[in-house]
Amino acid sequence: MAFPDRIERTLELAHPPAAVWAALTTSEGLAAWFGNEAGIDLRPGGTAWMKWTDGAAAEMRVERVEEPAVFGFTWHIYGLPEDDPRRTYVEFTLEPDGPGTRLTVVESGFAQLPEDAYRKAYDGNSQGWVSELGELAAYLDAA
Amino acid sequence: MPPDAEAIAEQVFAALADPSRRSILAALAAGGPATATDLAARLPITRQAIAKHLALLAEAGLVTAEPGERRRVRYRLRSAPMRVAQQFLAALARDWDGPLSALKDHLGSTEPGERKESA
Repeated sequence: MAFPDRIERTLELAHPPAAVWAALTTSEGLAAWFGNEAGIDLRPGGTAWMKWTDGAAAEMRVERVEEPAVFGFTWHIYGLPEDDPRRTYVEFTLEPDGPGTRLTVVESGFAQLPEDAYRKAYDGNSQGWVSELGELAAYLDAA
Repeated sequence: MPPDAEAIAEQVFAALADPSRRSILAALAAGGPATATDLAARLPITRQAIAKHLALLAEAGLVTAEPGERRRVRYRLRSAPMRVAQQFLAALARDWDGPLSALKDHLGSTEPGERKESA
């Protein structure tokens, strides 16, 4: 159907995997092409971040580090509230291609949906808030 | 992904295509559950038109009707269908082409290569 779960792009670069790896996995590299400022703790479970001059920011959790072939991280799904726990997974794969590198980026997880349990919890919570706030109002009225 | 995701998204986008319905949804999102009369007081839309839009939004599952004070029906925003449509928007909004072409430029500027373009 028309619902994409993944975005995939392949790029042929005239530079060896080591140079591409550095651009993807160092603060200097990320700040040069992706963000305007960046920091990275390059180990599985480590945190990476980027900031843009327009005020936008992204925080990533490093998931896979297999120098110089695979770099993966998860990050927040664009458009969802900041505290939404759902994330997409981004994986860069670097393959030597003559003197250069074939770089593939796959971002997957767009099709994840709230499970029924999640929806129940959410609707239940929304309902819960109404009664909690009603109780607060009643308490304040009584005081 | 349930098989009806496509149908849900279609209803969400159809509902959002109308500016009056967008303003009704925005009012419910910002101010919480409200009756048709409440909404008519807040929006430049007649009560009759609001009632019609609310019926359509309820049909699409975007609002639910619940009993309010003095036996008047209040409408509450239901976000679940929005979340389905949001998956679609999120994939469209993630623009990889810009950063990847910047990466290409960045590598090109730091270490000139001889290789021809072949992507």
